[in-house]
Amino acid sequence: MSEAQREPEQSPRPVLLQVDTLKVHFPSGRKSLFGEEQVVKAVDGVSFRVHEGETVAIVGESGCGKSTTGNAILGLAPVTEGRVSFRGRDIAGLGPEERASMWRNLQVVFQDPVAALNPKRTIGQSIAEPLAINKVPKTQQNERVATLLDLVGLNPGQKDRFPNELSGGQRQRVVIARALALEPDLIICDEPVSALDVSIQSQILNLLMKLQRDLGLAYLFISHDLSVVRHIADRVIVMYLGHIVEQGPADILFRAPRHPYTEALLSAIPLPDPVLERAKKRVLLEGDLPSPVDPPKGCPFVTRCPIREARCADEKPALRQDEYGRETACFLR
Amino acid sequence: MADARADTTLRISGLKVSVGPFQVVDGVNIDIGKGEIVALVGESGSGKSLTALSAMGLLSGRVVQSGGDILLNGERIDPLDEQEMSRLRGTRISMIFQEPIASLNPLLSVGEQVAESLFVHGRAGRAEAWSKAVQMLADVGIPEPEKRARQFAWELSGGMCQRVMIASALIAEPDLLIADEPTTALDVTVQAQILDLMRRLRDKTGTSILIITHDMGVVASIADRVCVMYGGRVVEQAEVHQLFRAPQHPYTKLLLTTIPKITDTPKEELYSIKGTVPDISAFPKGCRFRTRCPLADDVCLLSPELEAATGAQGGLVACWHSDKTETLQ
Repeated sequence: MSEAQREPEQSPRPVLLQVDTLKVHFPSGRKSLFGEEQVVKAVDGVSFRVHEGETVAIVGESGCGKSTTGNAILGLAPVTEGRVSFRGRDIAGLGPEERASMWRNLQVVFQDPVAALNPKRTIGQSIAEPLAINKVPKTQQNERVATLLDLVGLNPGQKDRFPNELSGGQRQRVVIARALALEPDLIICDEPVSALDVSIQSQILNLLMKLQRDLGLAYLFISHDLSVVRHIADRVIVMYLGHIVEQGPADILFRAPRHPYTEALLSAIPLPDPVLERAKKRVLLEGDLPSPVDPPKGCPFVTRCPIREARCADEKPALRQDEYGRETACFLR
Repeated sequence: MADARADTTLRISGLKVSVGPFQVVDGVNIDIGKGEIVALVGESGSGKSLTALSAMGLLSGRVVQSGGDILLNGERIDPLDEQEMSRLRGTRISMIFQEPIASLNPLLSVGEQVAESLFVHGRAGRAEAWSKAVQMLADVGIPEPEKRARQFAWELSGGMCQRVMIASALIAEPDLLIADEPTTALDVTVQAQILDLMRRLRDKTGTSILIITHDMGVVASIADRVCVMYGGRVVEQAEVHQLFRAPQHPYTKLLLTTIPKITDTPKEELYSIKGTVPDISAFPKGCRFRTRCPLADDVCLLSPELEAATGAQGGLVACWHSDKTETLQ
């Protein structure tokens, strides 16, 4: 059954977040020829866990369900089936107080810092908001805001500035400071550097890595950019069409991808070196992602897979673990 | 810069663009040879897209070309002459944009849109234009082109729409294709397909391509020559291998160092360029990279000219201290 029920041998650290056979299905708003309501299977049976202090990255292309997975964990997308638990407690079964305490430990940073900050509030007010909600006394709030600004590399004197007075990178630092305000254990980062200029991305990645070292944070890092993920992730989950097709330790996945999709994804990244880039072997995929309303019956990748065989179209391969702790859902690899 | 040669498809010479009181493109010179792929790289506010839009005569509103010339095959074109520009656009210069779905007309079938530039300019009758459009859709790798030609943009994926854009841009066999971040909105596996397509079309038709991008990976993949822009100016220009092997401008060098690479050691601190990309309303005086440059000193208060680089053959660089760029880590 569920692959996540098998305990991986490594990682003695306690499990923070556990996702079991998560499904998120949306009504597509269209009816089929026979009048049945069609559903978009955005996430279709995903299981994984995040341990304390580690960075787990979910990668994949648009429509693979990586952001929907993050949103379902955050309660921003409806869970159709499956279970999300935080520190061993099922999120769905939490009472209001337990829920509030969970939100203190689970925070989020989205892609667009402009949309994430209220333009009419100073950045100090924005960072203090979660503190005020949790009834931290005013005097302590100010002190904490100053500490947080310093922690993310901003000058505490900037607390009275408005978001529009800051650059994109600085705004993302403010969003990170606010996420840190309640000292969470886990931050879900959904494309946190994708909207930033390339010369600014590395500043924010360094900040995230430093905060992890200093505060012992865990990250669920959702990104389409594998070069960024290569830098930050301990473990990587590769999603395709609502399914996990491969997951495992980052080092192994990047050096020796096993699933043909992971292989194609890695080979498609243009390397910033013309000699390597022009010499490398490319796995060019044909076609596009199939519609999640009408996914293939067998392996989700079958329509574009360069090594497919007849049975791939009929049967869905399960994740199988190898001796490196890598799990791959492919009959042929 | 050398004199205009017959094989120079596009020459942008001393181009200046202003937005209200701000000079956002400040004296840009770029030559694109026949069949050459030139990449224009830069971050937000570098002026790369405005440079491209100027060449197409597509500046509007408060954004105006305040100086410089644009020559197509050695002839000066006037971006303000709407009649002349609309004759050139789609026939001799074509452009594709980042958002293919937004660039296509939702009310016309994609076949009609591809065929349009042929019959609008009187190059073919409707029936002939249609059959050429279907052929062009096949050439850009669209399966079942006859069926697809009757479909609408919203029925196709982003990658398919970008192929349609490329087909409609190239059907009239233009001398120059300007591609502004053509793959930025696409997934990497689709990006690889589109870059491959652009490369093959250039080889087949000899169309010159100006590609605007912020992605050094895309540059390394497709460009023959590279112009690096920063703060509205070209700071370095070189053949692609040379640029990556021995960047002459500190900005180029640091940019190449700072980008996360899939070949890097994981979890290691990345080198980062201090400060932020300057706002167009507050460019520093003199060299515009001065405030972020580790090599900067008082000399940099004067703007350096784009000159032949001492350390690289044929390359151009605008830096007083380019002889020390190599020492930067």
